[in-house]
Amino acid sequence: MARLLLIAFEPSDAVMGAGFAKDLGLPFDLLAITGSVDSDLGAEKILSAGLPEVPPADGIAMALVGVASGFSHIAAVASMRSKDVLARLAGLLDAAMVTDAIALESPTVFKRPMVAGSIVATVEVLAEPVVITFRPAGFSKPERSGSSAVETIALDGTSKARRVSVTGRGGSRPDLSQAKVVVSGGRPLKDAETFERIIGGLADKLGGAVGATRAAVDSGIAANELQVGQTGKIVAPDLYIAAGISGSTQHMAGIKDSKVIVAINKDGDAPIFEVADYGLVADLYDAVPELTSKV
Amino acid sequence: MRILVPIKRVIDPYAKVRPLPDGSGIDTSGVKFEINPFDEIAMEEAVRLKEKDGSIEIVSVSIGGGECEEQLRKSLAMGADKAVLIETEQSLDSPGVAKELEALVRELQPDLVLMGKQATDDDNNQAAQMLAARLGWPQATFASKVEISGTTATVVRETDTGEETLELSLPAVVTADLRLNEPRYIALPGIIKARSKPLERRPAAVNATPKTRIVKLEQPPRRSAGKRVGSVDELVAALKDRGVL
Ligand SMILES: Cc1cc2nc3c(=O)[nH]c(=O)nc-3n(C[C@H](O)[C@H](O)[C@H](O)COP(=O)(O)OP(=O)(O)OC[C@H]3O[C@@H](n4cnc5c(N)ncnc54)[C@H](O)[C@@H]3O)c2cc1C
Ligand SMILES: Nc1ncnc2c1ncn2[C@@H]1O[C@H](COP(=O)(O)O)[C@@H](O)[C@H]1O
Repeated sequence: MARLLLIAFEPSDAVMGAGFAKDLGLPFDLLAITGSVDSDLGAEKILSAGLPEVPPADGIAMALVGVASGFSHIAAVASMRSKDVLARLAGLLDAAMVTDAIALESPTVFKRPMVAGSIVATVEVLAEPVVITFRPAGFSKPERSGSSAVETIALDGTSKARRVSVTGRGGSRPDLSQAKVVVSGGRPLKDAETFERIIGGLADKLGGAVGATRAAVDSGIAANELQVGQTGKIVAPDLYIAAGISGSTQHMAGIKDSKVIVAINKDGDAPIFEVADYGLVADLYDAVPELTSKV
Repeated sequence: MRILVPIKRVIDPYAKVRPLPDGSGIDTSGVKFEINPFDEIAMEEAVRLKEKDGSIEIVSVSIGGGECEEQLRKSLAMGADKAVLIETEQSLDSPGVAKELEALVRELQPDLVLMGKQATDDDNNQAAQMLAARLGWPQATFASKVEISGTTATVVRETDTGEETLELSLPAVVTADLRLNEPRYIALPGIIKARSKPLERRPAAVNATPKTRIVKLEQPPRRSAGKRVGSVDELVAALKDRGVL
């Protein structure tokens, strides 16, 4: 029988996932790996594993095999974590997999971007089960009602890998992939201190997150987890402000779902102006601080 | 110690790519093909490990048509000791790739499979994890640093929120992210010189039935250029008008 197992690595995944479940139109169980999830998201059942942290991929994927049996669909919000774990789970289940679904036509036909977003493929799944990672921006918001029963389950995440250390994002800025406002900077920002002052300053004024291009990350002026694009984070804010960013295909792949894109670039011919809703040809060192003072 | 490096031939990642008018595939006319950039980084890392430990043998492998020889020759020029071309005209999905690689791994018994985190054509990010799952080996995806000491690999990997360090006992599967290294430049003479290195061609061993099928390819809806504003004040006014400030 067609049923979805929706996996929430973190509680915040659950709300985004419930919208996907609604569009898929299948009854679903919601597995909360860490923390506790909202109970009014329409799940038939909430499976609560209550782990303090998500174990390394081999351990958690093996533990998920047992939970996944009997489901035709297994899905999670697309992230580095879900790609790490769910592709391994698909390998263990010998399942089909769809990465980064952005829309669906039926429970077996999905749309997804390829080649840095230059192409949208319609993919038909030929075998069950299917494992899916999806980008929430393409799917509905969940309706909230009722209250699902919660069942506690034990997940043994014993891994052959040992996690030696974890370094996390500091500060209080919102999560890049969920932020309503994102301010990003590119290569011309001179150094980490300048980047933080100019880009971080505007982001903080707007209560937004900070993003960066690969060029900025590679030259050490921005932290790697701030990279936005084909091989970084996918963002979908109401407002995306790109300062000193040329607009490469790879960067654009990560920002296409933004509602409003603003480009500030001193080169009026920069490709970013071809997709920006509002373009300002200006030196970012003048324009961004002025903007910060006026919002 | 032996390192296996799978290499995919992909459309030039810097080319402007569009679908064929009937949506049946990608328009490849006039486009170059390259080693998948993440596989090139994996290959570079293998070579750097070999530079520290000369006893390492590097085998590169590509699955596809005869034209993949071009990318395998380049991997030999970068420093692979030998190359295997698993020939198939079928276009494999990532589960299919993982199965062909699994068969080769069981035969060659490498200590480490170093591959790309994703192919830049399908952007799947699946084959490595599927291979590791089938082998029951530990995995470290999105690696930004790899160190081998005895039978342990210490890998710094990028995460959604920063990075973490994993210790894996070999054998293991590791996938390269962009910051792992910068691949060396190989000039044409290097590629010609590597001609004498062995390149074995063999038929696909598994030929798995694909689990997914591409129905059609389209160009994404294009965002169109909006409006130029002449000053910060004009920008602020426009954003207030749109309701995003
Ligand atoms: C496989 C692969 C994956 C990739 N993945 C990603 C990815 O995920 N994300 C990503 O971002 N990139 C990615 N890239 C890199 C991408 O191709 C570009 O190189 C990169 O996005 C360029 O960054 P940039 O816009 O900061 O730099 P540049 O292209 O150098 O642009 C800098 C811009 O700043 C402008 N400028 C300069 N000074 C000023 C000033 N004072 N005021 C205002 N404007 C100024 C210039 O006019 C220029 O337009 C990837 C590349 C490859 C091959
Ligand atoms: N046809 C292929 N031949 C060799 N290696 C491949 C092939 N397809 C995928 N791979 C490897 O698997 C990785 C992930 O691919 P993918 O799952 O398609 O994103 C790539 O970076 C390669 O290392």
